[in-house]
Amino acid sequence: MISQVFILSSQGDHLIYKDFRGEAGSDVVNLFYEKVTALTGDQPPVVMRHKDVHFVHVRQGGLYWVATTTADTSPFTIIEFLNRLTALVKDYCGSLSERSVQMNFALIYELLDEVVDYGYIQTTSSDILKNFIQTEAVSSKPFSLFDLSNVGLFGAETQQSKVAPSSAATRPIQSSRDQGGKSEIFVDVIERMLVVIGSNGVLMKADIEGEIKVKCYMPTCSEMRIGLNEEFSIGKSQLRGYGAAVRVDECSFHQAVRLDEFDSLRILRLCPSQGEQTVMQYQLSDDLPSAPPFRLFPTIERDNGGRLLMYMKLRCDLPPKSAGINVSATIPVPKGSVSLSQELSSPDQSAELQPQSRAVVWKIPRFPGGTQLSALFKLEVPGFSSASMLEVGPVSLSFELPKITATGLQIRFLRLSPFQPGPAQRWVRYVTHSDSYTIRI
Amino acid sequence: MPYIGSEDTVRDLRRVLSNPNVQSDQLRYRNTILKVIRAMSQGVDVSGLFSEMVKACATVDIVQKKLVYVFLCSYATLNPELSLLVINTLRKDCQDPNPMVRSLALRNMTNLRLPSLVEYVEQPLTAGLRDRAACVRRVAVLGWAKLHNLQTNSEIDAAVVNELYSLLRDPDPVVMVNCLRALEEILREEGGVAINKPITHHLLNRLKECDIWGQCEVLRILQRYRPQSEDELFNILSLLDVSLISPHPPVMAATLSLFLSLCSGLPAVGLAALERVRGPLLAACGNTSREMQFTALCHIQLLLRSLPGLMGEHYKRFFCGYAEPAYIKQRKIEVLVELVNDDNVAILLDELRGYCTDVNISTAHAAISAIGRIGRSYSDKCLEILTELLGLKQEHITSAVVQTMRDLVWVCPQCSRTVCSAVEGCEAEIQDSQGRHALLWLLGVYGEQVSSVPYTLEVFIDGVRSEASVGVKMELLTATVRLFLCRPAETQDMLGRLLHYCIEEETNMCVSDQALLYYRLLHCGIEETRKVLQCRRSDPSLGVLIGRPAEPINQWSYIFNTLEPLRPGAIETESATIGGSPEHMTFDPKPNNDLSDTLSYSFGKTVRSVTDTALQCTDSSSDALTASVSAPLSLSLSPALSPEEFEDLWLQQQALHVEQGPEKIKAEENYVYMEEHVQCPTIFRCSPQSLQAAMQLVNIQTLAFTPPHTLPWRVYLYTNTQNKHSADTCHGTLILGELLYTGEEIQKKSKDEENVGVEARQDKREEEREEDTAEGRSEKERVKKNTAEKGIKVTLKQQPRDEKALKGFLSVLTTVLHALSSEK
Repeated sequence: MISQVFILSSQGDHLIYKDFRGEAGSDVVNLFYEKVTALTGDQPPVVMRHKDVHFVHVRQGGLYWVATTTADTSPFTIIEFLNRLTALVKDYCGSLSERSVQMNFALIYELLDEVVDYGYIQTTSSDILKNFIQTEAVSSKPFSLFDLSNVGLFGAETQQSKVAPSSAATRPIQSSRDQGGKSEIFVDVIERMLVVIGSNGVLMKADIEGEIKVKCYMPTCSEMRIGLNEEFSIGKSQLRGYGAAVRVDECSFHQAVRLDEFDSLRILRLCPSQGEQTVMQYQLSDDLPSAPPFRLFPTIERDNGGRLLMYMKLRCDLPPKSAGINVSATIPVPKGSVSLSQELSSPDQSAELQPQSRAVVWKIPRFPGGTQLSALFKLEVPGFSSASMLEVGPVSLSFELPKITATGLQIRFLRLSPFQPGPAQRWVRYVTHSDSYTIRI
Repeated sequence: MPYIGSEDTVRDLRRVLSNPNVQSDQLRYRNTILKVIRAMSQGVDVSGLFSEMVKACATVDIVQKKLVYVFLCSYATLNPELSLLVINTLRKDCQDPNPMVRSLALRNMTNLRLPSLVEYVEQPLTAGLRDRAACVRRVAVLGWAKLHNLQTNSEIDAAVVNELYSLLRDPDPVVMVNCLRALEEILREEGGVAINKPITHHLLNRLKECDIWGQCEVLRILQRYRPQSEDELFNILSLLDVSLISPHPPVMAATLSLFLSLCSGLPAVGLAALERVRGPLLAACGNTSREMQFTALCHIQLLLRSLPGLMGEHYKRFFCGYAEPAYIKQRKIEVLVELVNDDNVAILLDELRGYCTDVNISTAHAAISAIGRIGRSYSDKCLEILTELLGLKQEHITSAVVQTMRDLVWVCPQCSRTVCSAVEGCEAEIQDSQGRHALLWLLGVYGEQVSSVPYTLEVFIDGVRSEASVGVKMELLTATVRLFLCRPAETQDMLGRLLHYCIEEETNMCVSDQALLYYRLLHCGIEETRKVLQCRRSDPSLGVLIGRPAEPINQWSYIFNTLEPLRPGAIETESATIGGSPEHMTFDPKPNNDLSDTLSYSFGKTVRSVTDTALQCTDSSSDALTASVSAPLSLSLSPALSPEEFEDLWLQQQALHVEQGPEKIKAEENYVYMEEHVQCPTIFRCSPQSLQAAMQLVNIQTLAFTPPHTLPWRVYLYTNTQNKHSADTCHGTLILGELLYTGEEIQKKSKDEENVGVEARQDKREEEREEDTAEGRSEKERVKKNTAEKGIKVTLKQQPRDEKALKGFLSVLTTVLHALSSEK
């Protein structure tokens, strides 16, 4: 049971406040913000309490999405609800930001009114909601083709946009109905890598978490069929075909997916509803079908002047045609490091010392497969001791690999039912992110 | 948030809203209303526009209607009279052919939350229950719950309740779930909606039709159902099995909750269910939402309490990601500690070692203490890492490592040699009081093993004037006295200085009382001091085995799927007590050192052993007792007794002996009751702190006491004895005690005395004390006729019976009391 829902900007501005049960005063919003700002840590705990009021919040799009509730409520439900609410707002407003929420507050009030009644969640299905939601979204950005070049998938600035019209994925779903927007459907395969590589280069942990998301901009969509690799197999025992199998450990589907053709042909059938939905989630633990995309060869020593020398060779083991983008390596350095001098192999790279997080951040905008980059960092560390060496490392990388899935999962085909009214554009996009990619030194 | 110029904003808006030109232009009208709502959600008080907004309500534009309703529902309670004007429009809308308009009107009618409108709302609500459109029925059903909560004292309309029960068969699943919710609220007094067999089976059969929110609600309400037969139970369980592995965490959690409540009598089935949810829970740990990951982690911690091996092979899933927020990292570290086994210990420690240098200090501390916890089973490897961390020479790391080492040594005394050599020379880095507290304890206890201790302590003693923490000062006193016992020549001078400072200049009562106590103790002779102060170096309650036993599921199932496990420290404190050792709780008392602080401090104090012979050099008032004591006796505080348990035991034993006359010693089959008088009439003037500190020193826990200078003055206390009669047999007894002082003749005198050392304090144990006094009343009467003496009456109850131990205890107690009263 949800007593109130409110949305706060990171500066504490009230964006949305809705009281469903009239049990607690509206000062809870300020109370919540006081609690958040009183904490010194980087992020406040998910659940906070003030007397009988329990605050549960999620952070999305730089905003606090808060629900107040009682102690015996299921945290899973509340958090899932808040996440679903953010997804709905994203679907209806196009993107999630302070600005888009501010501009579409009427729409969000309307959504909240339909989604929750008297603190009870009624429905969050966009199929049902679309009949009730009347307010039109205000796009926070005028739509123009020129934006295509600099807005990336998932809001990141990527070169991905050259291959996919990614700005299309950040428009409100309703515009398709009223503003003559294009009938489009996007199928995204998104994978996240959790990798730990030991100092000797051995893979210590390699997990992949993936999902297939469908974002549908069609007012009505009858049935679509998504064909996965035929050699796709689930679990360790079940291997198919003779080629390199695409294997995952566990896999779960959206309840709307019909799996009658899945066992034999690896085809998912579903009638997507408007907006974004996760059709399939899968995970692969302790196994990486291909070599890890990046390798690091560090040499760390102390020179005569008491400076710390870090010579880093970073190799990209992707196929030559692919590339990693927005690669950024974070190298923890000893406390109290003052100045950094660097020698990088190309001018588009950059590196800086961040004293706050005690790390050197080395950024590489584009890193083609099969190449190797090197960098030399010299650090001035007052009071350097041999023990300070222990503070160097482990290096963590963050990157984005467009057009690549780490598991090798591919979408063979994407068919819409022949009875589709009007033509629809279909897009399939792949991307792999680093959720956590750590290389020990 | 105060908004500058809000009055102007309201005035402008009012002008525009009442402009007929604007009213005729739909788009402009709507935009003005939008501005009002925007101002409202920014925190501007726009309630003054109520009448204008009421007018705006009468429109065919649904968007405008919705906006106005948002406004009206927020401000209706401030303008009950004007709200009456809206009701007509709303009632008209309830007849609208468009179901959307009908449901909107009905919902907002009930959302106005005005008791005065109830009579107008009931009729449309009744009609709404029979509406053709499901969306209207959904609203109408919940509307009745809202109505009921508006006027909770009115009686429940049986017809409505019946109608709602029949709507449980509604074809729309949301209507069905809403009926459950509404009935649950309306019938709260009667324990909520009736869950009988037909309803249960109906709900279970329709579970699949509901969306995940509906499923969660149904599963939650079904927890009240108790199947009539085992067959039925297993039918239900097999029906629910699919939801148990649902990819939606809320459904999975709600199902597991239901499983656990249905199978509370069948632990094996419960455990099997836990195994079954392992997959979905692990998947939730990998959810894209950090908050969901966190929730799953917290619940995994719960599950591990009953099935420690549940996640063993998946330990890598709990490695921290670089960019994860601190709250997730700390929970993961806690989980990792639970998952250690022989195979993964090296990898795990390697991983944890990496977290110790985390930028976030609390994460680093969590990692360091996690290594300490693992060190209880794998001490060599962990000590190696901890020693290495000391080499970093960073303040917060060194402090955390020293605290961790202290805790480790307490349970693994065999590590002391390594620890002693490691902590040598790290005092310069430690700045915080908790770290110094830990260091001083180590130095005091292992003073003979570290050569440089006198120099280190000297530095501390020289700086004692500027020391802010009371805890550190007290520990410094203890450490110095202990060091004096083993290395007198080097320490004598500085001990003298320290005692002089603490007794003469220190303003804090705790510190000066403790110093006085040591001073008197030293007067009794070095041997006696040694016997009292020579502390136990390890936790006696802890054997070689450290593994935590699996708890029954019932211990935690009631908090599963609630917010409780997510609360900071909710699980951590549990695990600390489960670990079995009285951890050295560190504390930093506030300047106005109040009683609750002292209590929490003394609970964590190290347990010292005492031999009664050390205290035999006391008055001859208890000669009869001391004579009989011969076997060495040791007292300890563990297992600890809660005030409630104490009261229960005390009352229960009192009931047994109350009929029998007051004799000196009453021996029942398994317990002893004893009354004794001790001559120390001034004791009741001593401050509770010093009494408590003194009792603590000999391992007697005081549970409750009356404030000083009040009559009758009483103290409740308990201890555990371990009496070693011979080498092989050793058994413990529990002693409960009451000290009572009624002395009337002194009363007058004491009134004139000034209130020395009594600070106003807030006593969190006030209630307990009251309870205790109440239950002790019957005894008081007995005491009155029994004793006309001026002494303290000591009533002791022991279980099981062991007279020697009891006498030994009494002599210890007498000694302490005499020591205390001579102080004043």
